[in-house]
Formats: sequence, C-alpha cells, structure tokens
Amino acid sequence: MKKRLATVSLAGCFGCHMSFLDIDERILDLVQLVEFDKSPFNDFKKFTQHCDIALIEGGCCNEENVRTLQEFRANCDILVAVGQCAIMGGLPVMRNAIMHSNDPLRECLEEAYNDSDYVYNPTNEIPNDPALPLLLDKVYNCTEVVKIDYQIPGCPPSGDTLWYALVALLKGNPYELPSELIKYD
Amino acid sequence: MNATIKFRIDGTQVVTKAGLTIMKAADNAGIYIPRLCDEKGLEPQGSCRICIVKIGGQIVASCTQPAEDGLEVENDTPEIRNYRRDLVKMLYHEGNHLCPICEASGRCELQAVSYYLGIFQPTKYPYLQPDRPVDASHRDILLNTNRCIRCGRCIRASKTLDGKNLFGYIGRGIHKQVGVNGENLANTDAKVGDAAMALETCPVGCIIQKRQGFFAPIGKRRFDLKPLGTNSVKQQKGGSEQ
Repeated sequence: MKKRLATVSLAGCFGCHMSFLDIDERILDLVQLVEFDKSPFNDFKKFTQHCDIALIEGGCCNEENVRTLQEFRANCDILVAVGQCAIMGGLPVMRNAIMHSNDPLRECLEEAYNDSDYVYNPTNEIPNDPALPLLLDKVYNCTEVVKIDYQIPGCPPSGDTLWYALVALLKGNPYELPSELIKYD
Repeated sequence: MNATIKFRIDGTQVVTKAGLTIMKAADNAGIYIPRLCDEKGLEPQGSCRICIVKIGGQIVASCTQPAEDGLEVENDTPEIRNYRRDLVKMLYHEGNHLCPICEASGRCELQAVSYYLGIFQPTKYPYLQPDRPVDASHRDILLNTNRCIRCGRCIRASKTLDGKNLFGYIGRGIHKQVGVNGENLANTDAKVGDAAMALETCPVGCIIQKRQGFFAPIGKRRFDLKPLGTNSVKQQKGGSEQ
C-alpha cells in the first residue's frame, strides 16, 4: 500500500519545497511509493486522512505556524524537520538574538516599518490587522513546539539528500545519511 | 631522545619517535583525529575535548597526552564518536551558528567536523541564543563573537606567533569568552597580516576579514574540495547516529 505523505512550509522560504522538485525524474518513482495528502504540491488545504510521513519546512514565527505544526503532529506518524529553519530557526531566528535588544520583536518591526531609511510610512503604522496571524515573541524551531522524529539538514537540503532520506523512511529503514549528503548551508 | 615507540590506534600499529603527543603521532601516521582547538604551530591546550580518545578505560585529550610504548588507543569507536557528537552539538547550541548566512560556511572547521561526525539527528538541547556583540570597529577586520567557540587559537597565535597579545579569555564557566585586549579591535595594533587574523586560525567565522566575504563559491570552498578526515588512511563514512 502506498504511504501517505504531507508537506508544509511554516516560517520558511519554500526553498526546501523547490529543492524537493530537484529529485527530477525520480518523482515518477516517488508517485509509485506515496500518495500526497495536505501539501502545497497539490494544494490540499486539509488532511483527508491520517498520514505516515510529513515533511516540515520552516520554524514557528507566528501562532498560525504553531497551530499548523500541532495539527501535523496529531495527523502524522513521522515528522521530519527539513532544512535549517525547521531544525534551528534558520534565518528568521536572527530576530531573537542578533537584534541585541530587550524587546527584539518590537525592534524588528520598527526597523522594518519605521526606522529604516528606505521605508515610506507617513502614518508610522505597523501592520496590525486582525486577519494577520499574531507574531510570537521569538522564533521557535520545530523541536521546541512538538516532537520531531527526524531531521534533514541543509539550506536547502539537496534533491539527492531529500530523496535518500525519504526513500529510507518510506521503506522503513533506519535513517542514515552519509556524511557527503550532510550540509548545513 | 631518538627512541622509537610502537602503539596501536584502533588496532592499527603506529611507529613513532618518543616524546610526541598521540595526536601528532596519529597525524604522522595518516590517522585523522578530529579537533577544534588545536592548530599546527600552536601549543596544544586541550580545551575543546573533540580529540578525546580512550586509553585503558580512561578518556584523555589526544592533543596533550603523550604517546607511550604499547598503548591501545580507541579513537573511532561508537562510544567516542557519540561523545564527540554531543560536544560538537553543544557548541552549536551555546552560540549563534547560522550556517546559511555565514561567510565562513564551507571553510568552517566546526561545520566540517560536524559533517565528519555525521551530525544530523534531531536537536537534543535547547538553543541558548545568547546576546553577543559584534566588533566592527577595525577598518579591515570584523569580530562576530556570536560564532566564537572559545578555542583560543587566536589568543595563542597572537601571543606566540605575532608577539602581540591581542586577545585573552574573560570570565568563567559558561560566561567565558574571548575578549579583545583593549577597548575594541580598532584600538589595538591588529593587522590583516597577523597570524591571529589568518583565515586558518579562526576555526569558525568569528574573525572575518572585511571586503572579502564569500570569496570562494559553493563547491570550491576549503572543505567542499577536501572534507575533513578524507586524506586519512582510515576513513569514517558518516554512519548513522544511535
């Protein structure tokens, strides 16, 4: 029976999803092995049933990310954190420590919408529409929010790395990455 | 002292002259022992503990432990590898190591050692995300202490090779850090030509020379071309992490 695979991009750039497409013609082998459930690849917005494996791209920078990640944890057997953002926060995590501020989120927003020399914002307003997901005080990686079973490092992981790890997981093999496929950048 | 001694590293016989450390003897024999705080030409200080080996049930730092006749050294065993992995992982958690944006990525020894050790399993520890300063005062050199692993290579290089004493340790325990001997780097006599500022001295991206970031493209960087440990007699294929 085909395994069910779900994917999601939280606070990420979709680079890992793009890199997934670098498996090229192996995608023909993949469709023999998996059925896609909730994923940006098929634009399914909701889970249709319980899934075997989920690939998580990106960490959590707002409440919607947290809710989505918890939904994935509840609906999938194996969660795989894909890429540096999911593993350690990645680029968004720069707002936690590198801002050198007691209130890094405030400073980040001020810089983005008011203080920068290249911003035209006569009302000095920071976007605050109720439809926007509420930003978290800091950026959290996936392991800080839910239990993560595996990690595929990289920014993004290469198509080869993703393929290697995914095939191992689909076949139920113990997950092994040869050192030439481990990259943090 | 010209006496020759024989000992074994993971069962491989090593013949060396007496008076060398285990790491030096292993290097001469082409056996790679991973390390971060040790660098050719500098006095070993045995602080990073990545080079630990086991001798007779005792764990020692191979960069400071003298080789002796008849030793049975355990180097690349699952137990030692797991210790090393944990030590390296903790370095990532202690500082702010953002490989995707770092100029040193690809020529970073911390990263290369992690690849060698095959570190990819889920995060065990919380990221501390410390608030650490960046010293951009100097015209040609930038210090980004977010990436410092306190190996002290710049301290020793500046003291013994440059005779300048530009850097030193400040604080104790987890608050220990490498500090500049002066108000900031611009107020010292640091120069780009110094051994302490050389690209090979800082194993991470803490000491950066300005206006030459990302000088080598991906695929042609130092450890892209020659990953750590691959020129050794014994090659470890990054196996699974238990």
